[in-house]
Amino acid sequence: MANGLQIVVCAGIVPDPLQTLEPVSGVDGPGLKNEMVLPAVLDPWAACALYEAARLAASVPGSKLWLVSLGPKAKLQQVMMTVGQKAAFELVAIDGPIGGFADAHATAAALAEAIAALPGLEPERLLVFGGWESATRGAGVTLELVGQRLGITDKFQGVDQTALREDGSFEVLERVEGGKHQVSACAGAPAVLGWATGSLAEPRNNPQTGMQNMRGIMPALQNAKTVKLDANGLRYMQVSLPKQQRETRVEKNMAPDAIARELVEWMAAE
Amino acid sequence: MSTDALAANEAAAETARPTMEVDIACVGFGPAMGGFLTTLTRAWKERPDDPAFASRVAPGMPLQVLCYERADDIAAGVSGVVTRAQGIRETIPELNPAEIPMAAAVTEERVLYLLDPIAASRRSWALRVGDFLLRALDRWAWRVDDDAFELPWTPGFLRKHGGLVLSLGQFNQWVGSQLMASGLVQIWPGMPVSAPVFAGNAVKGIRLTDQGVDRAGAPADGFMPGMEVRAPLTVVGDGPVGAVGQAIDWKLGLPEGHAQSDWALGMKMVIELAEDTPLKPGMVWHTFGYPEPEIFGFLYVHPGRVASVGIFVPSWMGDPERTAYRYLQHYIQHPALWRYLKDGTLRSWGAKSLQESGKHGEPYLTGDGFARIGEGSGSTNMLTGSGVDEAWTTGTQLADAVVELLRAGKEFSRDNLAATYEARRRASRIEREAEQAQNARMGFHWGMVRGMMGMALAGLTRGHVSLDGRIPPAREQIRPFSAKSVGVKQKEAERLLRAAHAGGCPLHDALMTARGWPDIEFDGRLLVSQQDALLLGGKVQAAAGFADHVVFRDLHLCAECAEKTCVAMCSGQAITRDAEGVGFDREKCVHCGSCVWNCAHANVEFRAGAGGLHSAEN
Repeated sequence: MANGLQIVVCAGIVPDPLQTLEPVSGVDGPGLKNEMVLPAVLDPWAACALYEAARLAASVPGSKLWLVSLGPKAKLQQVMMTVGQKAAFELVAIDGPIGGFADAHATAAALAEAIAALPGLEPERLLVFGGWESATRGAGVTLELVGQRLGITDKFQGVDQTALREDGSFEVLERVEGGKHQVSACAGAPAVLGWATGSLAEPRNNPQTGMQNMRGIMPALQNAKTVKLDANGLRYMQVSLPKQQRETRVEKNMAPDAIARELVEWMAAE
Repeated sequence: MSTDALAANEAAAETARPTMEVDIACVGFGPAMGGFLTTLTRAWKERPDDPAFASRVAPGMPLQVLCYERADDIAAGVSGVVTRAQGIRETIPELNPAEIPMAAAVTEERVLYLLDPIAASRRSWALRVGDFLLRALDRWAWRVDDDAFELPWTPGFLRKHGGLVLSLGQFNQWVGSQLMASGLVQIWPGMPVSAPVFAGNAVKGIRLTDQGVDRAGAPADGFMPGMEVRAPLTVVGDGPVGAVGQAIDWKLGLPEGHAQSDWALGMKMVIELAEDTPLKPGMVWHTFGYPEPEIFGFLYVHPGRVASVGIFVPSWMGDPERTAYRYLQHYIQHPALWRYLKDGTLRSWGAKSLQESGKHGEPYLTGDGFARIGEGSGSTNMLTGSGVDEAWTTGTQLADAVVELLRAGKEFSRDNLAATYEARRRASRIEREAEQAQNARMGFHWGMVRGMMGMALAGLTRGHVSLDGRIPPAREQIRPFSAKSVGVKQKEAERLLRAAHAGGCPLHDALMTARGWPDIEFDGRLLVSQQDALLLGGKVQAAAGFADHVVFRDLHLCAECAEKTCVAMCSGQAITRDAEGVGFDREKCVHCGSCVWNCAHANVEFRAGAGGLHSAEN
């Protein structure tokens, strides 16, 4: 890679999954109760993409990494104070609605427009990263649509690993049915990669990285373009959370076999 | 003084680590730091071209003000409060509670004395006589409804009329988002500060916590030494058990005659009330008398059918097996509260230690290169039962002082900070009220009746008359373990102790059952196990790669300790009895800090650590 990569990570924010989440219906459609009250985090799937992107950018000299994020500016700001400590990037903030119930086409249009407007963007160096799924709503189509709008035809989903070659081509490990991976070879950028979990641990909070990012984060937030996402006729018939069931007890000296046996019995009874 | 902590500090100082220069380094983001940074940024915004706000360490740049917060989010891990909000409104005259989630203006206050409907609490004969008379004269002289007697008026010193009911997590989030939007200060969550950087007795900055270490703090995979952030001024607002505040106290000691002897553990639930609840936003209840006479309680109603309900378990409750979670469950089931709570759902849960020594526990407020604000600086007023507004105000006082010194081009020396910050604080209502309150809690060490009398005396005479006495250190307030001190017969105590050692029911829980407290009938909604409260309510997390922040200095001492009050009072069941005496599970710790003052042998160190509560509704 003579000139390095241009990696754009599309990452939304979601309510911290640890919080008590309760779907509600409002005049604007479905949402979560008290969503603005809940602390937000970077969408965990997209966060994996960001960490992988940061690793890749660091390994290819001359590379540049952008993080494009759509959400309410105040929430984005709060999330960036944590995310900004984990990887070096340039933020592109889009001030938009909260929640995962926006129309994927409208969201993709806003993201693609922001990416296309990046100064100095060179399609032959461009990799668009994002989450394969989302912690809010796993339609898994937004990144595909972003790729379409940008005219990128090489798209991979459920990516767990990439291996970049000297000539700029790369190998991709995609999750497929049956718990297996499919190995693909791509001639090179531009490409869209929707990440599964990747293989990297969450990076440590690094105050130096945070300080470095801060120089760009605050101006990006101040200059964030406001978008209104059209529903485009989208209507939700029903919204629910995954069923949760808790039965807690403290066991200190239980053998792993016994734990496994009990878990199997418990699942079989469900 | 902790020699272990000092040695660890010195060893850490030898490690090669990155450094950074800033103008003001701030430790901990709570209401005090909110007050400090809000006042500072408002002064800055009024005169953005003022050369006083030019950086000394980065020429050509504006003042570099960085704040490091231990918790994973600035909204995480704090508490629901009622506050007069006088200082907050002085700083933010345009404050509109409707803009702050879960905030409401105080609309109604009640003080309830709770009788014991199940006759399990340990009440003195005087209290029993009083209870008998209350019940006997019900409907003749007064009314006792739902085993509760409502005081005909709320004493002036307790009143919060004109104040606010707040979720401190939401308030911090609201304040923090405005501060960060100003672009003038940076608040970094998830970044514990392990220690101040000393040069002699002067503070030259702070050292961030090492990451990529094992449980003992030794470098492991991905070791990243904590950065040293050097600053002409370090603002310490890390609360009553913060690592930086503690280290300064260890180094300098406390002023002559001062001691931090009175503590309490506040534990609360945030409950979503039934749809037809008659409780209105802004209602405030203060309670006393149940589940034990020493335990005070509260109920505050937020907008949106949400209530904060909790108790305070004080250090003067000498029972070595005192505990909080079980008592909290009995508290919410008291008929006076249960009537309103029984159809509710647990939304959140949390706990924190409160430093209740007030002026008696005030540390050195200033020194060369540092100033203390907030609860860790002894600002909590135990007569009025309030700390948030007081903490906020100390922050604003320091900010005013800092602006004055910046404009005068003076350095942040002890003398200059004393002449500006301390002088402002001494001349303020915070100081006057702290003086009135300083002896208000003296009587509680001789029992609840004398305690209430002492508090009433101090409150009604504005501190002119109060009980006097010496309060022993918190560790000496823990009575030695005996059948008498835990309230059961000798054989029963021995049996339960053996069972607890064998890994059965925690001793404090078993003792309460043995004393007649009924088992909790879990409903999976509001009455849940402590572990479920931890995970469903507190959403407790602990990131990998940090050292254990709770350290037992001498495990032999723990093994021999008969009391093990740290186990009984551990809010998250993170400290448990094990083969070595006690063990610590960081993934359950809510960072309440109760283990520090609940060790009868001063054998516990509470260091800087990441993680803890993730709930933002506390």
